[in-house]
Amino acid sequence: MAKQEKRTELKVTAIENGTVIDHIPPQSVFQVINILGLNRVKNQIMVGTNLDSQKLGKKGIIKVSKKYFESEEINKIALVAPSATLIVIKDFTVVYKAKVEIPQHITKIVKCINPNCITNHEDIPTNFTVIEREDGLRLHCNYCEKYTKKENIHFV
Amino acid sequence: MNKSHTKNMKNKSLISIHDITREQYDEVLDLAEKFEKNPKQDVLNKWVVATLFFEPSTRTRLSFESAANQLGARVIGFADASTSSVKKGETLKDTILTVSNYSDIIVMRHPKEGSARYASEVSPVPVINAGDGANQHPTQCLLDLYSIRKTQKKLDGINIAFVGDLKYGRTVHSLVQALTNYKTTFHLISPEELKLPSSVKQYIKDANLEYHQYTEMDEVIPKVDILYMTRIQQERFADPLEYERVKGAYILRDSMLAEAKKNLRVLHPLPRVNEITEDVDDNPKAYYFQQAQNGVYVRQALLTLILGEEKKVKS
Repeated sequence: MAKQEKRTELKVTAIENGTVIDHIPPQSVFQVINILGLNRVKNQIMVGTNLDSQKLGKKGIIKVSKKYFESEEINKIALVAPSATLIVIKDFTVVYKAKVEIPQHITKIVKCINPNCITNHEDIPTNFTVIEREDGLRLHCNYCEKYTKKENIHFV
Repeated sequence: MNKSHTKNMKNKSLISIHDITREQYDEVLDLAEKFEKNPKQDVLNKWVVATLFFEPSTRTRLSFESAANQLGARVIGFADASTSSVKKGETLKDTILTVSNYSDIIVMRHPKEGSARYASEVSPVPVINAGDGANQHPTQCLLDLYSIRKTQKKLDGINIAFVGDLKYGRTVHSLVQALTNYKTTFHLISPEELKLPSSVKQYIKDANLEYHQYTEMDEVIPKVDILYMTRIQQERFADPLEYERVKGAYILRDSMLAEAKKNLRVLHPLPRVNEITEDVDDNPKAYYFQQAQNGVYVRQALLTLILGEEKKVKS
């Protein structure tokens, strides 16, 4: 029997053009897919999770071929994956690399925690201002003015 | 937030007490003072005011309608959503867009929080929030400020005690926030279960103002200029026995005002149930019925400023 090469890491094909989102906490990988609407696109997508990471211990990675994101769009994932890195690839070369940043405003993707908020009763896109305090991040609903703490964030 | 940077309130909606600046509070209160002296003026005779009350609030609706009528405006609207097309399933957006065709300004009360902000976003005419669920009721807050300024001759440096349900009391939250613009000292008196939420307390802390918390009011009364009473509702307590135990501690009786400062006035957003006994009504320190009357002048001022007719007002 031929001696098998010992594989210590998952090999994922490099992409020619597109976007890589690296350093995603494994538990957030599928939320990131939902937030970016990747379940609805026709592009080739590679998803890896529970991969070894020096920084995080375990990490997830998503590679989307032939797709680029507006920074505002990609920053939405900072709510669930603040450690994530955005890498833009053109002709197999990294042309941009940066950590995601939490945006000042979050629209449409998060549900308001207040059951009596108008956004939970009529078809209205939600709109939050991000407030960062010492005791953690919270979202201030621009309609009902209630705060949603980070641990209570639910995506639409 | 949506704080406007110009002094001019013309054509601007008033949804939250945060929408306006301290300078604008003064502008509203100064104009209200003119209306108090001379409440019947024909300054809004070319305007139509719509009062849309998606939930009943007779007191607030009549106050707005009286304000508009005394200034010569025409008033249209409904007092209860069950008599409007809302009952047929019309969305809030459609109701607002339709009514804005018939009126120049919309005053609305709605049971859902954030409804007024949303209405102001879709409406081509300005919207005044007359209460959106447990969230905001800015005209109540302005009439409270007016009552404090009128009885104390100032807004800076007031010692105010809030008594009762500080957790759910919308008027308390708005007034606390508005008073953080002034050098106010806050005395917060409530049962443990109904303490002021930390999110509202944060405004006091951010403004570096002094606040004290108590569970009983007797020792506090002699220290304060304004005693702001609120109603404690039984349904706020998980344990009915706990309600029975605490409810007596938050009832104001005339005898309790014996040691009060001469300038103390008792305010209450009304309706009152039993938290102020009727013997207080005859005490000159009782101010809650005049407070309600001040609401008409403040609403006259707001309608006039938003419709841009303040230059016509005679003092």
